[in-house]
Amino acid sequence: MEPLMALAIGLLYATAIFMMLRRSIVKLVIGLLLLSNAANLLIFTTAGMTRGAPPLIPEGMLQPVGEVADPLPQAVVLTAIVIAFGVLAFAVVLIRRAYEVVKADDLDKMKDTDT
Amino acid sequence: MVKSGTIILNTAARFLMPLQLMFSVFLLLRGHDEPGGGFIAGLVAAGGFTLYLLAFGVRATKQVLRMVDPRDLIGVGLLLGMVSVVPAWFMDQPFLTAQWWTIPVIDFKASTPLIFDIGVYLAVLGSVIGMVMALMEVDKDEP
Amino acid sequence: MQFTVLMGFVLAALAPMLHRRFAGRTSLVLALFPALIAAWLFSQAPMVIDNGPVLLEWQWVPSLGISLTFLLDGLSLLFGLLITVIGTCVLVYAGGYLKDHHDIGRFYMALMAFMASMLGLVMADGLVTLFIFWELTSITSYLLIGFNHADLQARKSARQGLFVTFAGGLALMAGLVMLGVASDAWSLADIRAMETDLREHALYTPMLVCLLLGAFTKSAQFPFHFWLPNAMAAPTPVSAYLHSATMVKAGIYLLARLQPELGGTPLWIGVLSVVGATTLLIGAFLAIHHTNVKKLLAYSTIMALGTLTMLLGIGTEYAMTAFVTFLLAHSMYKGALFMVAGNLDHETGTKDVTAMGGLRPLMPVTAMIALAAALSLAGVPPLFGFIGKELKFEAALGAADYRSLLVIFAFLGAVMTIAVAAIIALRPFYGTRHQTPKAPHEAPLSMLIGPALLSLGSIAFGIAPGVLGVNALLTSAAGAVSGEPMEITLSLWYGVNLALIMSVASLALGFLLFKYWDDARARLSLLAPVMRRGPEAGYEGLLNGIVAFSEWQTRILQNGYMRNYILIMLVVLIALIGNSILLRHSPLLAFDLDVRFHEVIVVGTMTMSALFATLTRSRLGAVVSVGIMGFSIALVFVLFSAPDLGITQLLVETLTVILLVLVLFRLPRFSHLSTSLERIRDGSVAAMMGILIFLLIMTAWSIDQFESISTYMVENSAPLAYGRNIVNVILVDYRALDTLGEMFVLALAAIGVIAMLKLRHATESPKTAEGSKSDTQEPYDG
Repeated sequence: MEPLMALAIGLLYATAIFMMLRRSIVKLVIGLLLLSNAANLLIFTTAGMTRGAPPLIPEGMLQPVGEVADPLPQAVVLTAIVIAFGVLAFAVVLIRRAYEVVKADDLDKMKDTDT
Repeated sequence: MVKSGTIILNTAARFLMPLQLMFSVFLLLRGHDEPGGGFIAGLVAAGGFTLYLLAFGVRATKQVLRMVDPRDLIGVGLLLGMVSVVPAWFMDQPFLTAQWWTIPVIDFKASTPLIFDIGVYLAVLGSVIGMVMALMEVDKDEP
Repeated sequence: MQFTVLMGFVLAALAPMLHRRFAGRTSLVLALFPALIAAWLFSQAPMVIDNGPVLLEWQWVPSLGISLTFLLDGLSLLFGLLITVIGTCVLVYAGGYLKDHHDIGRFYMALMAFMASMLGLVMADGLVTLFIFWELTSITSYLLIGFNHADLQARKSARQGLFVTFAGGLALMAGLVMLGVASDAWSLADIRAMETDLREHALYTPMLVCLLLGAFTKSAQFPFHFWLPNAMAAPTPVSAYLHSATMVKAGIYLLARLQPELGGTPLWIGVLSVVGATTLLIGAFLAIHHTNVKKLLAYSTIMALGTLTMLLGIGTEYAMTAFVTFLLAHSMYKGALFMVAGNLDHETGTKDVTAMGGLRPLMPVTAMIALAAALSLAGVPPLFGFIGKELKFEAALGAADYRSLLVIFAFLGAVMTIAVAAIIALRPFYGTRHQTPKAPHEAPLSMLIGPALLSLGSIAFGIAPGVLGVNALLTSAAGAVSGEPMEITLSLWYGVNLALIMSVASLALGFLLFKYWDDARARLSLLAPVMRRGPEAGYEGLLNGIVAFSEWQTRILQNGYMRNYILIMLVVLIALIGNSILLRHSPLLAFDLDVRFHEVIVVGTMTMSALFATLTRSRLGAVVSVGIMGFSIALVFVLFSAPDLGITQLLVETLTVILLVLVLFRLPRFSHLSTSLERIRDGSVAAMMGILIFLLIMTAWSIDQFESISTYMVENSAPLAYGRNIVNVILVDYRALDTLGEMFVLALAAIGVIAMLKLRHATESPKTAEGSKSDTQEPYDG
């Protein structure tokens, strides 16, 4: 499964970066969104993927039954998903504010606002 | 942007929000043993409020929230997260060591991780509805 | 004791509040702090002098071996007493000098913090603690020098002092680390107790060079001396404190502290005595150029610092005696003289000695103090400065290396110092009365007590060196500097010898120089073009160079085009990671594809929707396809044993779509802005990055370098953490600190969003900065 996911994640990265290199700020947002999803999948995949063995311990037992999926990358990705949402919201609102001030959706026209 | 929604949305929102809130508390409390936990529960509750916001608008939602400002929820959440590290100090254990107490009558496991998880829940809930509410309030003001 | 010193910082924080409570008497209240510490040090003195060093241990982080240990021996006792006694005088003085200043609370804050850092520095036993206190003195002295921050010159001088001392601080850090590594002991007491000789160690030369750089910058040795006179932009009480007993003596303290372990080699002797002598001569020579009374004193301080360094370089028993004696003498008369200069400035409104004259009848007490202190500076018997000067000549005459150079420099320095002393003691107070900006009268009592006390000390210690146990204290300090116990007996009369003849000759010549000072200054002004090419010009040039370089690289790298930043970062990333993957690992490309049909469908949907989001011209289409991608990812999580992730992804995706709908449709449609050439360039970079990520995953997946740390977490989740959902246990228990940090990130993002949206309404309606900003952007509309 991992090679297939690797291909898919590579493609996701390529689309994300292509969108982030566009001058239109709306496309930048879409690129950011694609990138955060791709990064989460990257962490999840490199740790190895396991079918049907969630890291849960059955009631009344002290150890999980058999091999379970690695819980650590899952915990990392879980917070990453929520934070990515927070950061995305921040970026989106920032871009909206920038658009209101500059009145242009072309990033090249915003280049003087930060110098 | 935010006009009151259709009758179906309104009705659904009115019924779903309390259900979602209850479900979120359920998810929060069982989170240590089954899928769930502070992040998920916070998102479920935030989803409920967002639905309500979309259906009835900001003012009605604020009435439902009464005195609670989402920003206060963020603060309380972070505070709970910080407070949960303190008991370990008194037990003379390293920073953040979990403490467990059993409440005898209802046989409920109270613990610092639970306090911490409630902190996560409130912080996530406050952050999300704070952001959505601010966005919708601004939208309302603009043509 | 540690607690007391740290209390100094607490007091510093409370100082502005205390000022509100006590108003004019704040300085007296605060002066209790150094006075009490001085009393405590006095009470400890007999024990230290009789029984040797005392170690005061305070374990701080025992598991890491970090402790805040203080070492109290003769040297730190001497320095501690200077800091606290002169600190008391300065505080009392500052209460009068800055009485009407509007920001005096902040002044007390910086001064108290500085005092505490300085005390910590001279008592620290650990190398790390020593360094921390060292840097604290740099920061707090920066605040003090730049106290009048509305003044450009003050800001510039403060920055200069900070840069020079911090640059030295970096070298010092390297030196201390090397010292720690070489000796394998991180405390001064342990290093002293060591058997091995550090001078033989391979790291000796680089270590010494770094340590000397640190000490020389702090103590304003040539060629780093230029920051000290500029630091005169500080209020006079600060100058009196920083340049008599504390800040600039920190470097001297460090050298004295290290002398027993590192001193005595040809390198040490050569560098210290030659640099010290040069500094001595240059300081004295530059002093007579100036008519500003504070500058005069500043350059004569450089002279004194050079003398001290030179004495440490000579390293004989005489030199050690001279070192501690001169240190004490200089601190007392220089503190007093700076305060006299402050009185003159405060009462007449000018700092130029040539603009003053005949003030003695108006300011009789100040004139008396000035005379006593200046006689000590000049080294006239029976003042304490005379003993210091005698011993200095004696030490220079007894030097084993560079003897003639040191003697000549010391003698010339003394001649000019005597002229400086005469200028300060006589010029403003005698002769004809000049018109001054303010009508002068005697300074208030608070501004006389401190300098009077210090001057009295100069007289008393000179006449009876045994009084108050000064002799015993100096014996103990000299012993600490030389590393072996020694016996000193100070006295005014050592018989007629070469040193005495030199003293007399220097007095005569110095007085002659004072007589023809105005003439000499006129002649010296011819040298001005040469002077401008001094080390300070080098410092300015360096700063300008750094600024020019950063401007140049900003123009190239940070040109405001977002895609350029991204492109540069990506290309570097691709080159580095690609290089490493292809050369050092061979990614596993032969594999058996173990997939199920439904999984291929899910992954296919995911990639297709991502592609569609990239290619579509419609915003709604993009948002919807991104949503579909998110839900497919949630499915992937669920299929591969991550139920928590699946739920989270699903919920977040819903909220994301709502967010995008709320915001994105306030923004314009997608626009087609780039040329096809740009699209090809971006497309190829994106494709390369995609391939790189593919290779990265294949490499990372096929290599198992370390055993996963999650094995422990899985095994102990239920028995120790009482949780059966291991992911949640990791989040709230094992890695709770990380989660706490992430909560803060989320909260910050939310607060940022709320602030950006809500604050605008407050700023936009009136015509404020925000409004005018959007005005300037208007050309973009057209």
